[in-house]
Amino acid sequence: MMSSNNSLNATDLRDRLQTLASREGIRRWDLGAACSDDCSVQVDRGEAKQLKASQRSSITVRVWNSDGLVGITSTTDLSDSGLEQALVGAHTASRFGNPEDIPEFSPLATAPLPELDRPLQPRQGILPLLDTLRDAEADLLGRHPAIQTVPYNGLAESLSQSLYLNSEGALRQMERTQASLYLYARAEETGRKPRSGGAVRLGLGSSELDVQGCISEAVDRTVSHLDYRPIETGSYRVCFTPEAFLSLLGAFSSMFNARSVLDGVSLSQRDSIGSDVAVPFFNLHDDGLHPGHISAAAFDGEGTPTRRLSLIEGGTLRNFLHSEATARAFGVQPTGHAGLGAKVSVGPDWFVVGSNPQVSSGNSLNHRTESGPFVLIEDLSALHAGVKATQGSFSLPFDGWLVNNGERVSVEAATVAGDIRSVLNGIAHLEADSEITHRGVSPHVWVDGLSITGEA
Amino acid sequence: MTNAFSNQWQGLLESLLHRGSSAGADLVEVFLERTDHIGLLAEQDRITSVNPSFARGAGLRVFRDGRDGFVSTNDLSEAGLQRALDQALAMLGLEAQQLTSPSAFEGLKQLTDHGLNKADWLERCPSLDQASQCLLKGTDHLNRLGQHLQVRRGSYARDWQEVLVAASDGTFARDIRLHQSTGLSVLASDGDHRSSIGRRYGSSDRPDDLQDWDSEASAAEVCNSAGTMLRADYVDAGQMPAVLANRFGGVIFHEACGHLLETTQIERGTTPFADRVGELIAHPAVTAIDEGLSGGSFGSISMDDEGMEPERTVLIKDGVLQRFISDRAGELRTGHKRTGSGRRQSHAFAAASRMRNTFIDAGPHTPEQLIESVDQGLYCKAMGGGSVGPTGQFNFSVEEGYLIENGKLTKPVKGATLIGDAKEVMPRISMCANDLELAAGFCGSVSGSVFVTVGQPHIKVDSITVGGR
Repeated sequence: MMSSNNSLNATDLRDRLQTLASREGIRRWDLGAACSDDCSVQVDRGEAKQLKASQRSSITVRVWNSDGLVGITSTTDLSDSGLEQALVGAHTASRFGNPEDIPEFSPLATAPLPELDRPLQPRQGILPLLDTLRDAEADLLGRHPAIQTVPYNGLAESLSQSLYLNSEGALRQMERTQASLYLYARAEETGRKPRSGGAVRLGLGSSELDVQGCISEAVDRTVSHLDYRPIETGSYRVCFTPEAFLSLLGAFSSMFNARSVLDGVSLSQRDSIGSDVAVPFFNLHDDGLHPGHISAAAFDGEGTPTRRLSLIEGGTLRNFLHSEATARAFGVQPTGHAGLGAKVSVGPDWFVVGSNPQVSSGNSLNHRTESGPFVLIEDLSALHAGVKATQGSFSLPFDGWLVNNGERVSVEAATVAGDIRSVLNGIAHLEADSEITHRGVSPHVWVDGLSITGEA
Repeated sequence: MTNAFSNQWQGLLESLLHRGSSAGADLVEVFLERTDHIGLLAEQDRITSVNPSFARGAGLRVFRDGRDGFVSTNDLSEAGLQRALDQALAMLGLEAQQLTSPSAFEGLKQLTDHGLNKADWLERCPSLDQASQCLLKGTDHLNRLGQHLQVRRGSYARDWQEVLVAASDGTFARDIRLHQSTGLSVLASDGDHRSSIGRRYGSSDRPDDLQDWDSEASAAEVCNSAGTMLRADYVDAGQMPAVLANRFGGVIFHEACGHLLETTQIERGTTPFADRVGELIAHPAVTAIDEGLSGGSFGSISMDDEGMEPERTVLIKDGVLQRFISDRAGELRTGHKRTGSGRRQSHAFAAASRMRNTFIDAGPHTPEQLIESVDQGLYCKAMGGGSVGPTGQFNFSVEEGYLIENGKLTKPVKGATLIGDAKEVMPRISMCANDLELAAGFCGSVSGSVFVTVGQPHIKVDSITVGGR
């Protein structure tokens, strides 16, 4: 099942593009390409709801014109005429290239790549996926009488290929397989509001997904919210689950993004490296090569190798995430976090939050044993709407519990608000055990004095 | 085969539909698409990014016994489409090779060509030079009209799409769509104070729209808001009455109620309104409509992505639920008649019931009367984005807010999030003003991101939870 009707031939693409570029008088170009073969299933109370498959391919071509300006075009048409249209389009767009910010080839585009231990896994095909998901749904529905539906569910597997090549001989390519399972259940008891909860699992292949773990977690989360109460508005000690804290941190990743810094839309400045941005026992790395990162890639959009990068060490800002152009502007090496564009985007791979072993928080809080009062925030939502990344502020709905006198009660409709700088500087404790989530790695994180709005 | 979609495709499409029907499918649908997109970004006084892209592809959907299989591909060759169809058939346990059933397919009807008079739209759109000049004019206006502006940005996107839909019930329809949007945004900064404000304007099917854009008025609106919000205090959290301004204020109805009136939500069992047609679900002051017909509006369409012409769908009349927004699968699975609302981001998504231009209708009051009726509350002049969860809980952020004290607008406040439950908030919309206006937006959901319009007059919500500090 490893074969695909949809695959890229790197040398063929390179040769065709070289021929077309020569004909158009284009000497310098690079190309990023991707293709994938996916299938997914959704079920609804024992019936197949939707079965989907797709074969996708796309390329992005970047050219430098005779004035050295850069233009770009993307297309899904990999025929000769499609490639020609992309090349001509990129050449036309290069007239509008920004002379003050001209990307170059990454100096690391031919450097050795890291070894990634991500063996390709066989795909099962859509009908076995359907059987697995149907069984999982039935199992989940049978676990608690209040759980009536699993309105959001899906099981998917994919084989994808990506490559980068340029007119100076760089040629990167990689293949990977990936599978995902999500189960979001809805429960309702007579006279009470419906409640929901869910879980996600990722794997290299569908046969290795932890289906039972996903079911159990979805059930536990859903049932734990059945008994709910409104919470009084006020200031609370908060404990973020690893998933919730990584969501919050991810929404403010422009703090670490050199592109955002140069554009003036980051909380950080050019000279922020070396400044204290968090409590001294807080470490943060971006580690796209972490073994828990299922979607790991060996290189970025510019062909730069992926690597582990320290962002905050002992509370001090150590590095920014870079593309080739931002690295050049800062006088450092690219870090492997670039996309491919006329104006190249930069983004994080996989955050790893941890403690600085040299410094203690002075606290020994544990969300399992603390009697409260504190609010345990399980998940944050609407980050696209409730985060002002350029201002540092957030106001977000959450799912969670109020823990008081050892009793844990689900919180009805509430928001948590604050400022990310205050959060990082107000961390009271990082618990000892880290968890690998689908968003990164983090322990439970305790923060004092966050504003919570409730309906009590 | 020519690049453009035309009657030349009829033979191949009929062959595919016959193949699918003969294999035992209840319905087979083929959606072909070509797109031509340009995105431009101006920062400060320079164009910093020009992103053209082209795409083409097909989405093939097969229905049998209420279930469906969907396959998308970029390969529009005969072999590629046939492979995709066979894959979709196999998902439902059907095999094209056997062709055991007699085909119920009687051939495609005559092509309904909504794109006939739109052939020159792409050529009539502004050139890259024109669009660049227009954006730079906008950022120059920002520079002239604003204070403490650290970042000035203008953006322009032009999305051209040609689609051809063929189905084994005879549907055969073609359309050309054109969406253009422009936006201005700023980041103002003064010491520790910061404010970021953005506005987006959008139209459909108006090639000359950019030339008509009043970038100076847009820049003035953005600069005024950024200046006002720069030193705004954080809002105090709590329960309070709120008056929501017209235009993009309509996002509250879109998120809080509109999504729950899509048949996809009935299928999932996630709407509290499933069995309530004919019942009072909102305050009698509320009449709400979803339609795809308003000329030039961002969510308008000549036909939906299943080949059906859009209807004007009255969702709620005087507080009473009238209709659901439905697509082909929605009609099949819930019995609610199609409304011309089967929409998708691209060929990579199966169509689903989605909103188009959705708004609360105008009422009898003036906006001032709404504000005067509030002792202590919040005026939401500009809304940010929002979302609705699987239990009907919604939330959305307030980009520009003011306190209402003793019936008057007083100081600006920031950091507010409105949260609530659709079922509870709809009966609390007690007053609607007479100043209905629409605003362009993007809606992301099960079938991807689609162009929509939200809208309303000024409305008053008697009580809502305001998250803040």
